[in-house]
Amino acid sequence: MAGGGLLLGFNWFSSEAQTSATIINGATGGADLLRFNSYLSIGTDGMVTIFSPNPELGQNIMTSFSMIVAEELDADWTKVKVVQAPLDPQKFERQITGGSGAIPHSWKRLRNAGATARHLLIAAAAKQWNVDPSECTASDGFVIHKSSNRKSGYGDLVAAAATMPVPESVPLKDRKDFKLIGKPLGNLEIKNIITGKPIFGSDFHRDGMVLAMVQRPPAFGSKIKSVDDAAVRKMPGIIDVIRFKDNVAIIGTTTWEIMKARKALKVEYENDGKPESTADHDKILRDLLDSKEATVRRKDGDVESAFKSAAKIIKSEFQCPFIPHSPMEPMNFFAHVREDRVELVGPTQTPGNARMAVSKLLNIPEEKITVDITRLGGGFGRRLKFDFVLEAAEISSIIKKPVKVIWTREDDTMGGSYRPAARYRFEAALDDKGNMIGYKLRGVGINLNNATREDNFPSGAVDNLLIDTAEHISPITTGAWRAPVTNFLAFAEQSFLDEVAHAAGKDPVQFRLELLQKARNKPVGAIKYNIDRMETVVKKVAEMAGWGKKKDVHQGFSVYYSHLSYVGQVCDVVMKAGKPVVQKIYAVADCGEVINKSGAMQQVMGGIIDGYGHAMYGKLSFKNGVPEQNNFGSYRLIRMKEVPPVEVDFVDNGVDPTGLGEPALPPTGGAVANAFFKATGTRLRSQPFIEEPLFKTAKGF
Amino acid sequence: MPVFKLRINGKDYQADVAADTPILWVLRDHLGLVGTKYGCGIAQCGACTIHVDGDPVRSCTLPVAAIESSAITTIEGLSENGDHPVQKAWEQADVPQCGYCQAGQIMTAAALLKRTPKPSDQEISDAMNGNICRCCAYHRIHDAVKLASTLK
Repeated sequence: MAGGGLLLGFNWFSSEAQTSATIINGATGGADLLRFNSYLSIGTDGMVTIFSPNPELGQNIMTSFSMIVAEELDADWTKVKVVQAPLDPQKFERQITGGSGAIPHSWKRLRNAGATARHLLIAAAAKQWNVDPSECTASDGFVIHKSSNRKSGYGDLVAAAATMPVPESVPLKDRKDFKLIGKPLGNLEIKNIITGKPIFGSDFHRDGMVLAMVQRPPAFGSKIKSVDDAAVRKMPGIIDVIRFKDNVAIIGTTTWEIMKARKALKVEYENDGKPESTADHDKILRDLLDSKEATVRRKDGDVESAFKSAAKIIKSEFQCPFIPHSPMEPMNFFAHVREDRVELVGPTQTPGNARMAVSKLLNIPEEKITVDITRLGGGFGRRLKFDFVLEAAEISSIIKKPVKVIWTREDDTMGGSYRPAARYRFEAALDDKGNMIGYKLRGVGINLNNATREDNFPSGAVDNLLIDTAEHISPITTGAWRAPVTNFLAFAEQSFLDEVAHAAGKDPVQFRLELLQKARNKPVGAIKYNIDRMETVVKKVAEMAGWGKKKDVHQGFSVYYSHLSYVGQVCDVVMKAGKPVVQKIYAVADCGEVINKSGAMQQVMGGIIDGYGHAMYGKLSFKNGVPEQNNFGSYRLIRMKEVPPVEVDFVDNGVDPTGLGEPALPPTGGAVANAFFKATGTRLRSQPFIEEPLFKTAKGF
Repeated sequence: MPVFKLRINGKDYQADVAADTPILWVLRDHLGLVGTKYGCGIAQCGACTIHVDGDPVRSCTLPVAAIESSAITTIEGLSENGDHPVQKAWEQADVPQCGYCQAGQIMTAAALLKRTPKPSDQEISDAMNGNICRCCAYHRIHDAVKLASTLK
């Protein structure tokens, strides 16, 4: 925090976006508040308000951030509330939600914020009592001087604390003294969620605002030829129809009227480039697997010689389709563009980038643009893009009114930014003892510059290794999807390593541990993962799942390192009436310090089922540039009846937290596919699994 | 446009809307009741679930003209203080992730428990299967419905 003291007052919010119908920054209570630093205020009534900078999309950082501050502050947890902070680069760095990075980035900052405020409160009490601060302790919102049996609540100390000198640095708690961190505390926002409060961007209302829906070219690689909006303009509730770029926006006052008006809109499109179909992609990716112009990502030793001298060669290919993000809340955003300033409100994972883009679009300086972040009804990486923010800003600047742009589910499913379709070819060379002496991976994808993670395991454990990639650029738009690249690569890689283990006649877990031991003793090139941490989750999950010890249970194993965390999984499959059924999935996660035990469990269970569901069912196919699935009738998401039990444990190592929003997802496909193989002798190579012969013939999937 | 009289959460409302307007949009756009959510518009996801005379209904495909004198309950009216047994269970089990589907989940669960006060695990899954949770908080949802069946 800036030296020179604290500031009174509480209206730090840069926006005017306070309306009776929407909770964005939250009510700040009736008492006077002292804003101690970017992250917290304390009221004269003792209420602690935490300002959470990163967008909230269900990873519950609102609660875990609050726990970290409250821990070092020694606050009374029942007097802690949290509000979403708006975009404010002066107060916060990295207000992004992505890459599982919020807690790792803010861990020390949040702790310092709480500890510094605690220091000032103790100093204030000690001064009042005329004692040395070292004789005082703090606990549950009170400063205590034990020997004179005096105590003072934080609320009574804030004014005096404002006058205390701010220390350069403060000691932080030892983890053995944690009272809150590590506990399963309830979501601070739960009351708002379960009583239907207007907390999402789609709930945002501003008096005088209009609504807009945008008709975009249905085919990627096409543009507008002509527009006939005559019928639309006559329809009830329609205010205007405007064109911008290749879009037609219908402006109205109610959603249903606009939805009906869209049906009367006649737009002709023509090709702009070459619209592609899935059949085209299949051929393109197949050809890229053999391309002589791949980019080498990593090369160790001499793969040519290794494969020439191999006793056995294993070769397999894997492929995945495009998939949309499908957050439950479709895209939406509010913008009010005035002559010299802009107000933006809505669900975004990247408020800073969104503001920069709007500034460029409208030629208005960033300082004149405010961004208030609503709760996100799911992100999964889709809201890292700001296309919908630009739409709102552009429309508002054209019609000179505050406007909320809303996407239908069809708009959302067909609107791009997909997980790229990709294909992988793995090859392994084994010597006569079953050691993997050579490893080759070619990864190719649509709009996927690097379809691999070349420094991840097993790189470093193989003497001769070659990883290269190739890419096809398509008019279909793609983007980061929860655990980008690894959300499919991990399945392919963990399946392949399982295949190699079987070919070598070795137990898959044992084979993995041997490879890790080799990386430890005789590393090859750079090792960019922690061998000890990976080994620990492998051993722990194998033990947890009773690996190799269960009768009539077919088990598959996988382990993955992503976003700085390590997750090992075992899947149990049993045969029921001749069909393989997932009976349970076990996971051990090492994400360093677990902040909120309940929230952490949610992220692991959720990540696993997310990975399982998309591996089983997710597919977006294309015909002449148009997605063939557009809503949940045609695009399948996993539902409750398809969800297997999950058992989760965490490694307790006290390492600084390393992120958990994504890491549990990547290993899932491999664990499940390897278990299905054990049960049936059939390898799954293509997602969605439901379209593989193994499931096509079995009823009831 | 016709004016429709509606009884929602024990109160009387009026909406001047086209007869084919789904009650979802009457609630959200005309009456300021935004707790009921839009997820798909084709009755596939359950985010829009409300009660009509106590039965769970997809409000995104129910035209306002079909409601007449039926009593509507939305998430806002499920309880006075957010303390319906399902809501209490939801808090105890710490269910929501992003929270967007949760109103629909709660309404479906409340309707289930009204007609089947002590549902089996299978009955819970069957009844809740129509509600999609994209964050995949399914385990917690199931646990909470089970827990709610033991609460008052």
